[in-house]
Amino acid sequence: MSGATIGFDDVGVRYADADGDALRGVSFDVASGEVVAIVGPSGCGKTTLLRTVNRLVEPTSGAVLIDGVDVRTMDAVALRRRVGYAIQAVGLFAHMTVAENVGIVPSLLGWPRDRIDRRVDDLLERVHLDPKRFRDRRPRKLSGGEAQRVGVARALGGEPGVLLMDEPFGAVDAIVRAALQDEVTRVVRDLGTTTLFVTHDVHEALRIADRICVMNGGRVEQLDAPAAILANPATDFVRRLFEGARA
Amino acid sequence: MNYLATHPAEVLSLALAHLELVAIALAIAFAVALPLGIVAAGASRFSPWLIGALAALYTIPSLALLAVLVRWLGLGATPVVVALILYAQFMLVQGVVTGIRGVDPAQIDAARGLGFSERQLMVRVALPQATPVILGGVRIATVATISIATLAGYVGARSLGTLIFNGLTLHQNQMLVAGSVATALLAICADAGLRALTRLSEARLR
Ligand SMILES: Nc1ncnc2c1ncn2[C@@H]1O[C@H](COP(=O)(O)OP(=O)(O)O)[C@@H](O)[C@H]1O
Ligand SMILES: [Mg+2]
Repeated sequence: MSGATIGFDDVGVRYADADGDALRGVSFDVASGEVVAIVGPSGCGKTTLLRTVNRLVEPTSGAVLIDGVDVRTMDAVALRRRVGYAIQAVGLFAHMTVAENVGIVPSLLGWPRDRIDRRVDDLLERVHLDPKRFRDRRPRKLSGGEAQRVGVARALGGEPGVLLMDEPFGAVDAIVRAALQDEVTRVVRDLGTTTLFVTHDVHEALRIADRICVMNGGRVEQLDAPAAILANPATDFVRRLFEGARA
Repeated sequence: MNYLATHPAEVLSLALAHLELVAIALAIAFAVALPLGIVAAGASRFSPWLIGALAALYTIPSLALLAVLVRWLGLGATPVVVALILYAQFMLVQGVVTGIRGVDPAQIDAARGLGFSERQLMVRVALPQATPVILGGVRIATVATISIATLAGYVGARSLGTLIFNGLTLHQNQMLVAGSVATALLAICADAGLRALTRLSEARLR
């Protein structure tokens, strides 16, 4: 399946027990197959924005559209099976093997056994884990980098048109991290999956994103290609955030 | 110990009756405690009240509770089974709630985000992960239930308690000892069996 488009239309989020808005007036479109990085300081709303796409967070105003359809009109569970989701904590199911983890969305979707098996092997190969060695392993027996690879493979299990990743390479050392960034970007580009990923690492964003969405205080400060952000930072905040990276 | 040696068939038959009471009570108790615990685990406002009420129930002396139940349900096995079900709730519900609450939040978040329905999340992620803790609750409840089931001897239902109460009333110390020792043996075996089962269920998570 090729990538879906995503649209944020004046999205605002206010959590029930908070006094401020977590998101305010966020509007932008993501094209099919595009890879967009979301960067900004801790607490600026990156995770919240990501989670409005698969309805883990419901906007208090505005709308989120996938392929032009308001996600609120879709069944939340069906929507989430079409939208891949990978998080920093990974959350691999400890009582399942690697193959069962990667095949979980296909199995929820009711795919036949052999199609699931083929999908699992294909995805494991794409994230550079030999299916023969890793299929039957338990998550506890994986290194941090291997677990994060499996987490991304699992997110892609159901051939989603959209992939959401929340600091997916956060918990590994710098070398593994660079390798993972390159591999995963290659995978989503090969598959044509529209990808939104949150990172606090501006170098990561500059290296792998088509466009970077810079957020601050629940608003989008700038949304532009890496080169454009470096050349023409829209605000002082953006300039300071990328200062070290330009040098 | 002589009584055990001279009346093996009687002791065995009472032990089987004892186990039957315990098994019926625990099966019903678990069928009640599991849904109760699942609801309580997700309802942080309701659960302290529920656990508190079950703890209070647990502190009622068993003879007093049994006396009330006999007045209401008559003599025989029924009031004993009901008493055992009520006592076991505290330990079983506590186990279910603790087990579910202890599940790695990242796995819950991932499951929800990947498109598990709430029911699938419970059945396919939360309960399998919570199994060792739930089994711990079952083990404690089983040992307690085996011990409390001796009271059946008081209200005319057959159990190893029959030996204990007959021993007491007939001043037959050997009978009393045989009943107590057999009960303790049952409890020790059940404890060991459930410990092994718990370890097996833990191994599945590794
Ligand atoms: N479930 C929640 N309830 C209340 N406030 C929340 C919740 N989740 C996040 N927030 C608040 O919303 C803001 C944005 O959070 P988040 O989207 O997690 O930021 P980021 O991912 O950029 O660190 C923060 O102020 C945070 O404290
Ligand atoms: Mg975050």
